[in-house]
Amino acid sequence: MSTNTTKGGTKPISAYLYKHARVRLIGLIGLPMFWIVGVYIFSLFLLLITAFWFVDPFTSKVIVGFTLENFISIFTVPAYISTSIRTLLIALAVTGVSVIFAVPLGIYMAKIARPWVRNALAVAITLPLWAGYLVKIIAMRLVFTEQGFFNWALAPLGISGPTFSIPIVILTLTYLWFPYMALPVFTAIRQIPPNLFDASSDMGAKGFTTIYRIVLPLIVPAIIAGSVFTFSLSLGDYLVAKFTGGSTQMIGSIIASNINLNPPVAAAFSMVPIAFVVIYLMVARRTGSLERM
Amino acid sequence: MIRKKLSAFSLLAVSVLILSGCSSSGDTSGVEIEVPDIPMHESMGDFEGEINIVNWAGFVDPKWTDKFEADTGCMVKSRTAGTSDEMVTLMRTGQYDIVSASGDAALRLIVGGDVQPLNVDLIPNFGDEIAPGMRNNIYDTVNGKPYGVPIGRGANLLQYNDDVTKGAPTSWDVVWETNSPYKGKITAYDAPIYIADAAVYLMYHKPELGITNPYALDQTQLDAAIALLKQQNTIVGEYWSDAVAQITSFVGGNTVVGTSWEILRKFAGKPNIKTTLPKEGSTGWYDSWLVSSKTKNVNCAYAWMDYTSTASVNGAIAMNFGMAPANIAFCSSSAEAQAHCDEFAAEDEEFFKQVWPWTTPIETCVDGRKDVKCTSFQEWTNAWATIKG
Repeated sequence: MSTNTTKGGTKPISAYLYKHARVRLIGLIGLPMFWIVGVYIFSLFLLLITAFWFVDPFTSKVIVGFTLENFISIFTVPAYISTSIRTLLIALAVTGVSVIFAVPLGIYMAKIARPWVRNALAVAITLPLWAGYLVKIIAMRLVFTEQGFFNWALAPLGISGPTFSIPIVILTLTYLWFPYMALPVFTAIRQIPPNLFDASSDMGAKGFTTIYRIVLPLIVPAIIAGSVFTFSLSLGDYLVAKFTGGSTQMIGSIIASNINLNPPVAAAFSMVPIAFVVIYLMVARRTGSLERM
Repeated sequence: MIRKKLSAFSLLAVSVLILSGCSSSGDTSGVEIEVPDIPMHESMGDFEGEINIVNWAGFVDPKWTDKFEADTGCMVKSRTAGTSDEMVTLMRTGQYDIVSASGDAALRLIVGGDVQPLNVDLIPNFGDEIAPGMRNNIYDTVNGKPYGVPIGRGANLLQYNDDVTKGAPTSWDVVWETNSPYKGKITAYDAPIYIADAAVYLMYHKPELGITNPYALDQTQLDAAIALLKQQNTIVGEYWSDAVAQITSFVGGNTVVGTSWEILRKFAGKPNIKTTLPKEGSTGWYDSWLVSSKTKNVNCAYAWMDYTSTASVNGAIAMNFGMAPANIAFCSSSAEAQAHCDEFAAEDEEFFKQVWPWTTPIETCVDGRKDVKCTSFQEWTNAWATIKG
């Protein structure tokens, strides 16, 4: 380093990049572009291609060819339709429950709680993110088994909890993805100036009116941001249904059971959640909230 | 392609002629199946120095691979698979030399040309000590040619919580019929091959369907089995493919009756969780070693099959996994071995006569019918997806 101290030669790389704008640009975005196009888009593209292939009925080997059969089956097999609708409703329910929990919690944390309570709650919300995903699912399974914690705790009251079914799936998914909703909502509420609450109160609005007329409109972008996570992550999940859903089947279950048996059907089916998410984002964009995110 | 079809026809014609002339022992003689012509290994050569195995958990363990590696110089690389379907997918990559396939994977691999016929002369330990019920079965012996070396077997039993049922159910009706007293607390196996369990039940209760082999279902028979499975879907509590989930389900009380394996009952470790073989009989898994048609380590693969067929090693695998060993000479080797064999009915051919070994369903009816086309595994797969709704 110290040998090269002549004028103009101290930073040859910087000097070169200064002169060559295009190289500079490639250097800047080359790696992320390779990631997005080379890995992300390309693998999605490969997946889409597979969806047009078919399986040899005799050897059940995948044959390269062209058929729309796999896509048609999504719309013609009753079990597939009902599974798609069920999954959509579960994902919407998870999002809805997350919002219902996140908004009051966010208001309390941002505007009412003392600093140490706020910090404790923030840690409590993010803590589950540190535990393994599968561990959390199995934990929920153990809580809700027939002789598990839930029934044990409520037995003195004569209440017995639900067995593994769709409500437990929704509960478990909410448990898994709640932090992704709670954190943006909390941040958004925190940014609402306190004088808006004062102004609302001065004009005679009670608590719920203030929440409905002032808080909610201002945090819609945060709710949309959070819902993108809760919705799309729920759409793609299958282990929750497998371990806590009893006989509940979701889109992910169909993909998982076909990934070895009939890869083209699995590939075609993986387009369904993608379609749902795209439609969801388009609707969200319509509301204008994506721009304000 | 056309030539292939023609040869299939002539094969069929010849086989019919042969059939009318003689009918030798076993189920397999009745069926000719079109398989790719793959040459078998003629004579042993030098060991290649490595062997890549796809296996069930517990089949490959340093307890017996260390000695094999020292003896042959073939270094063992093992890849554990969770399901038969995963095994088939892995074997088709061509990266593996040998697989411990169950019958529902084996026949698929054979007709797909993914595995090669075996030269049993090069496997001296594959002999009379192998349990009679594990020899010459359709899933690994096709057109008289052996493709697999038996490892072990187990039945799909009816497991029940004795505290609730107060005695062993005598029939599978407790998991199939809507009036089952255990409605909502039933578990079923989560794979297309479970359709065969419905067929076994129908064989007994609906003889008018004419099912003689649960793996040879024509369209009408498959439809009946699917209808039964859809009926079961309304009373089932859980489907299991993960063994741990099934065990916790029985132990936790969510499941009272359902399909299980002897080893899972053992793992559950509760005196009130028991298994039984109901009057209808059942299905079972019979595992064999199959050698890839694309293997580069064929000598190591043969050495491995021979080594694992010895009574002591085969017995060690069987005890480690929890199944009946193929080599029943193991049973008399020690008191512990005998206890294991008795627990898993290894020498009880009368027991296993009631068990239909998992076999991949193919278009050729494996029950020997020629006048109809049977439903293939692909059709079973598609049908299976419609059951859970």
